[in-house]
Amino acid sequence: MSARLMQGNEAVAEGAIAAGVRFFGGYPITPSTEIAEMMAKLLPKVGGTFIQMEDEIASMGVILGASLAGKKVLTASSGPGISLKQELIGYASATEIPAVIVNVQRVGPSTGQPTAPSQGDVMQARWGTHGDHSIIAISPWSVREAFDLTIKSVNYAERFRVPVILLMDEIVGHLRENVELPAENEIEIYPRRAPKISRAEGYEPYAPDEDLVPNIANFGEGYHVHVTGLIHDETGFPVGSPKVTEDSIRRMHEKIERAADEIIEVQQEFMDDAEFAVVAFGGTARTAYEAVLNARAKGLKVGFVRLITIWPFADKIIAQLAKKVRGILVAELNYGQLVGEVQRAANGACLVKLCRKYDMTIFEPEEILASIENLVAEVK
Amino acid sequence: METRSYEKYFRQNRLPHLWCPGCGNGIAMKAIVQAIEHKEGWTQDNTIIVSGIGCSSRASGYMDFDTLHTAHGRAIPFATGIKMANPELNVVVITGDGDCTAIGGNHFIHGCRRNVDLTVILFNNNIYGMTGGQASPMTPLGKKATTAPYGSIDRPFDACKLAEAAGATYVARSTAFHVQHLVKMIEDGMDCKGFSFIEAMVQCPTAYGRRNKIGEPAKMMAWMRDNAVMKNAWDKLPDDKKTAEKFPIGLFYKAETETYDSAYHRIQEMAGVTA
Amino acid sequence: MKSEFTLKLERCKGCGICVAFCPKKVLEIDTLGKVVVARPEDCIACGQCELRCPDYAIFVDKLKEAAK
Repeated sequence: MSARLMQGNEAVAEGAIAAGVRFFGGYPITPSTEIAEMMAKLLPKVGGTFIQMEDEIASMGVILGASLAGKKVLTASSGPGISLKQELIGYASATEIPAVIVNVQRVGPSTGQPTAPSQGDVMQARWGTHGDHSIIAISPWSVREAFDLTIKSVNYAERFRVPVILLMDEIVGHLRENVELPAENEIEIYPRRAPKISRAEGYEPYAPDEDLVPNIANFGEGYHVHVTGLIHDETGFPVGSPKVTEDSIRRMHEKIERAADEIIEVQQEFMDDAEFAVVAFGGTARTAYEAVLNARAKGLKVGFVRLITIWPFADKIIAQLAKKVRGILVAELNYGQLVGEVQRAANGACLVKLCRKYDMTIFEPEEILASIENLVAEVK
Repeated sequence: METRSYEKYFRQNRLPHLWCPGCGNGIAMKAIVQAIEHKEGWTQDNTIIVSGIGCSSRASGYMDFDTLHTAHGRAIPFATGIKMANPELNVVVITGDGDCTAIGGNHFIHGCRRNVDLTVILFNNNIYGMTGGQASPMTPLGKKATTAPYGSIDRPFDACKLAEAAGATYVARSTAFHVQHLVKMIEDGMDCKGFSFIEAMVQCPTAYGRRNKIGEPAKMMAWMRDNAVMKNAWDKLPDDKKTAEKFPIGLFYKAETETYDSAYHRIQEMAGVTA
Repeated sequence: MKSEFTLKLERCKGCGICVAFCPKKVLEIDTLGKVVVARPEDCIACGQCELRCPDYAIFVDKLKEAAK
């Protein structure tokens, strides 16, 4: 495919189609709306379905229904809309229905600054819904990566039967870059899991496979599956017992924890000689990278660490990093969210400082560079 | 005994159901499976039962189909997703008065508006039963509930009028007393291509009847018998005879309008579908 | 006798609906709270009890002529 100028949100829509998404339910909200608009245009061409629902809750409900009927599904929104979706994100966790939720973050809380970038939904992505649950959240820093990570989100949702948050920000969502998309045969697709035995052979929809993920039959395939948000046993039917409750919640965590090393992706640059590191993600990582280059040009031994996977958190990698360097600077476009996780993982092995911004503008490289210099000065 | 053919539509190992003694939900659930049984081409493999949360919505767990017990108020969006993802499937929604007209009210009217080909059966017991008897948007004026201890002052919805005004293409009401009529109303709704809405009035002796001193389950059903008026007779009834207790049952509205899945199919063709 | 009753007592919750709507007063609720066919000889096999039983606990079949 030849290179073309593309917006981040557009790349998400293209990525979704490439990943096999054939159902999108949405509701307009800045700065994610272009994804819905693109899906409205693209989906009917490939035999898929786009539906604009009456609200964000319904957008989430409609994709979960479609997913149960066998389609790969995706929805997109931003902060306030994602808040409304949380009820059914919890439902998707409990019932293990594959679904991807794109959050193009803007300044909040509430209506906040709807057109301005932020990374204030880091914790919402992890803990937005109620109860104990597992989740995957990944965050792109470029238009091409928005395409790639959308595909990865869909694959993860299907493989682990877990809601996956594609944690975009307005920077990447509205960024335009010249990108070359991979050819169809270069794209890896994880197919919908299918039952391995028949009903007559004793099929149980929530019996975990070896990877702890169940192979739930699609509706209409004759398996007479029951799906409920009540805690259920392997048959899918509700059970009010402590053991089933504990087993069910544990398995939903363990299916992700077990694969965490594979899921967690972190980009590390200039780490060989690094005495300090800047940790960033999403659109902010672009500025952080520039700041690291500038710092190195000044002779400071600074490495660059970009979290691609936000949740599950890269505990081990950050712990190792903290033992290697003398100080970590976390740059994030919020009042301070990811920094708490980095501090927890670093566990006192090195100084962890925050470079934050929450004034609706993006970081300038100089701002992060200044914070790097302060960190260096503080340690020395 | 002769085998009751509808029994195969129940998950026998899940019965008896959890509803209270005398609850009308069991009657309405049986009416649904009997209606399905009468429908040519509707099988246990191609019919999907979707429900929300509440007493009514526990029905899905007892019915031997692919069944989906969703979140409170959300059955219609889920059902819309299923139908649009696979229009070959027959999709039935079971909901309650709180589920459908309070927390799910917005989904309800928009489902009607789109004319998604669903059959929605609302078990109206006039109360939130599962949580112990709180007032719902269909609790009649003056009736007591735990959250309306002095009587409800919130004017109730007429869900049938709401459905019709919002664009449903089949609207009917029946009761747990009028069982054969209820089966017929549901069956006709299933025949209708588009958003079909059937209000099934059911008695809740535990959380509604007892608090309002209406008495035993059978007395609540006798009240339905004595106060329900068939639509034809209702239309001829002078206004002074339409007392507060009286209510019409039967088919209220029917129309033929393009269903949402067929309309979307046109969109796919306009877009030049290739897959 | 015109009819044969089948009771699935594990399903019966003793709500009394069948008792109330039986036109011939054939049925009663026993001391254990379950339906009992007290006067089977009076049954006319109208099926009103089965029709409205919310728990699918009572079934009534018309006896065929041959069985008389």
